[in-house]
Amino acid sequence: MDMLTVKNLGISFGGLHAVDSFNITIKKGELYGLIGPNGAGKTTVFNLLTGVYKPDVGQIFLEGENITGFSTIEINKAGIARTFQNIRLFKNMSVLDNVKCGLHNRYRYSTLSGIFRLPSYFKTEKIMNEQAYEILEVFGLEDEANTLSSNLPYGKQRKLEIARALATNPKLLLLDEPAAGMNPAETEELMSTISLIRKQYGVTILLIEHDMKLVAGICEKIFVLNFGIELANGLPQDVLNNPEVIKAYLGE
Amino acid sequence: MTETWRKLSKSTRINTITVGIIILIYVLCQIMISAGMMSYLMKGLLMQFCYYGILAVSLNLTVGILGELSLGHAGFMCIGAFTSAFFSKYMVDIIKNTFLRFSLAIIIGAVSAAVFGVIIGVVVLRVRGDYLAIVTLAFGEIVKNVINALHIGFDSRGFHIALEAGKLELLEGGRMIIDGSQGIIGTPRDSTFTIGVIFLILTYIIIANLINSRSGRAIMAIRDNRIAAESVGIDITKFKILAFTISATLAGVAGVIYSHNITTLESSKFGYNMSIMILVFVVLGGIGNIRGSMIAAVILTLLPEYLRFLKNYRMLIYAVVLIVMMIFNWSPACINWRKEHSIKGAVCRLTKKISKTKKEA
Amino acid sequence: MRFISYLIDGIRLGSVYSIIALGYTMVYGIAKMLNFAHGDVIMVGGFVIFTVMSTWGLSPVLAVILAIIVCTVLGVTIERIAYRPLRKATSLAVLITAIGVSYLLQNLALLIFGANIKSFTSVFSIAPLRLAGGKLSISGETLITIISCIVIMIGLTLFVNRSKTGRAMIAVSEDKDAAVLMGVNVNKTIAITFAIGSALAAIASVLQFSSIPSISATSGAMPGIKAFIAAVFGGIGSIPGAMIGGILLGVIEILGRRYISMELSDAIVFLILIIVLLVKPTGILGKKYHEKV
Repeated sequence: MDMLTVKNLGISFGGLHAVDSFNITIKKGELYGLIGPNGAGKTTVFNLLTGVYKPDVGQIFLEGENITGFSTIEINKAGIARTFQNIRLFKNMSVLDNVKCGLHNRYRYSTLSGIFRLPSYFKTEKIMNEQAYEILEVFGLEDEANTLSSNLPYGKQRKLEIARALATNPKLLLLDEPAAGMNPAETEELMSTISLIRKQYGVTILLIEHDMKLVAGICEKIFVLNFGIELANGLPQDVLNNPEVIKAYLGE
Repeated sequence: MTETWRKLSKSTRINTITVGIIILIYVLCQIMISAGMMSYLMKGLLMQFCYYGILAVSLNLTVGILGELSLGHAGFMCIGAFTSAFFSKYMVDIIKNTFLRFSLAIIIGAVSAAVFGVIIGVVVLRVRGDYLAIVTLAFGEIVKNVINALHIGFDSRGFHIALEAGKLELLEGGRMIIDGSQGIIGTPRDSTFTIGVIFLILTYIIIANLINSRSGRAIMAIRDNRIAAESVGIDITKFKILAFTISATLAGVAGVIYSHNITTLESSKFGYNMSIMILVFVVLGGIGNIRGSMIAAVILTLLPEYLRFLKNYRMLIYAVVLIVMMIFNWSPACINWRKEHSIKGAVCRLTKKISKTKKEA
Repeated sequence: MRFISYLIDGIRLGSVYSIIALGYTMVYGIAKMLNFAHGDVIMVGGFVIFTVMSTWGLSPVLAVILAIIVCTVLGVTIERIAYRPLRKATSLAVLITAIGVSYLLQNLALLIFGANIKSFTSVFSIAPLRLAGGKLSISGETLITIISCIVIMIGLTLFVNRSKTGRAMIAVSEDKDAAVLMGVNVNKTIAITFAIGSALAAIASVLQFSSIPSISATSGAMPGIKAFIAAVFGGIGSIPGAMIGGILLGVIEILGRRYISMELSDAIVFLILIIVLLVKPTGILGKKYHEKV
């Protein structure tokens, strides 16, 4: 079964079609890239997929389940997690707590249990700690577990955001410009981290990026968006050599 | 013993020490009282420390942990105070056992405040930021005004309620319970300093434990980044209402302790002035810092009393101190100045220098 | 007939609230802060007029001019000393500082003038207007209040939309950093905002204390809060919103007081506010705020 099937998705803002006739099929475990010039509507697609915007038209299926119109919270529970173009970490919480927030729906105990420190609190917190540290180790952040997340250097903040999203155990992970602001060394590291989490967690990934080296380096398929509509969609070597695509990026 | 101590998490250790300090201070106060070393003035203040401490800590849950500005906290205290006082005064001859009657009063005060906490939580879900501040302010004033206009009496025919003075017609042998702006007079004085301290400690433990739990993290996530919190599946509605309700309930309990320690209970005292005073405790003690809230509540209640010798100038000085402290603590220019001139900063720079020379060696 | 006279009284009170609300809404829109001390500036204006007229026995015109000058200087000074250092701090910090300033003003007044309520002589000596064959009488104070409100509203709207300073104010309210890049002097613009707001507060005090001729140190607090509610009611940051919010609030308050209950009139006003905000969470004319994801 395909992981994500999107049919004819569209949304307009005040008469302007931000996204129009968006169709995509992502197979389980695939690493799909979503590229396009600035303002093409890429983040809007993400917002549509995660329930931040409700589409005007079209449908979204996650592993066969129709999740069109679901709220952000319901979509996360169904299995989609995301990172954001402008980092949205929980600034006043530690690195560890940020990840534990990702574990919020997977390991539960009641508020009362937390307040009165019943056995379920200790049991569950222990598991959450272990799980959180495991995830941090994948990203090399375990030494900064108790650092305030806003004190991390930029590159590590981006990694933490991915770690937090991964903690929700998603089927589909949406990464919005994960390499933004990173130098080449950090980008290399990010590429290997992404490969690692694919192998370890088997998660399907759709990522928005401007860094063509990263896109060409790891994406198995690429979707090009321009002015809200599909410009090209397919294998990297075909898409990246498509004259229309080159024109859209570089101009006439 | 040290084994168990070391196994505890850092936060649990801090909480235990804090509770220990509170108990220590309590014991010291009791010793001073029985040795006759405590002035009448101070004794009166002890209860204030307790309920203002509870109010400050509970407001910090809303303002510091959830990150929403609530200007109507006194309203919850008012509800707790009046419902419990009403109950106690009415039941004073029916339930003669003080412990039972006061326990029920606490429950009634807490539950009534909780109900309103839920209501306000639901209302507040719709509005954001400064609008929320206004809604909570309005709520506090509504509660104060409505209770101020209530006249409830009771006679052989049952309960009577009126909204204007003199409209209540009580038969012979009837009793007035709430008398409009005069409030409730003669509530049994069931609460004591000991009870106050017990509930202060309970409040601290509840909030401290809440912060270090899954629900606490959810609430703080909402504060730090609501959109990100949604993206990891945190139910914003549920946790906002939860935070408001817990905060309101504890304020209600403070109200019960307050109302059972005074002769006359008037709703006029519970307006935005008191809400703002509690907010000042929270901000000066550190937003999100519940130990700071308790310390600020005590110091800022003590300060005007100690400045009494300055007579008419004391509130003026209080206002000036407040302004100066705010600017000194919060203005970015002052924060930078402090970083450069602080002892901690100097140590940090020295340590950095040492490790740098070590690396180069 | 009685209803119309109550309605007019409500519009009078509402006009005063509108003028005060303008100060709140402009400062909020441009400096992005709730100036809790605004209501107390009105009280200061009132005391200046009282001192000039009753204590010194000088002319009403001088009293009004002095009140406007004192309030404007006070407002600008407060902004410079207490609010500007905190411009980059969290909004809660500025709010608490504003509360401190409010306490300061109230206690200064208490110290200088004592706790007794002082009685005020009206600044105006205009004969009341009699309509409907003598059955409806509108006092001179009421007329001037309502007319002032309309004039101020029109004047301010023109000023903000047409003048260079006014457009600078709009720029700062939309995006402070961009305004700096455009060459706008943010400090000066905010200072002017406070000056205008405080001058309006002085005018409001003239109108209010002429109609309700008594004043004490706490006379500014409640009208301040109500005007703030009016500003939020109408949509904070919106000038026409301040007018609509103010008038509506005044009318609801007076009608509530006369027809429902004297004691509960405030509660009714607050309750209606909550209901309106539930339906329109950003106020009647407020803008919807979309957070960019």
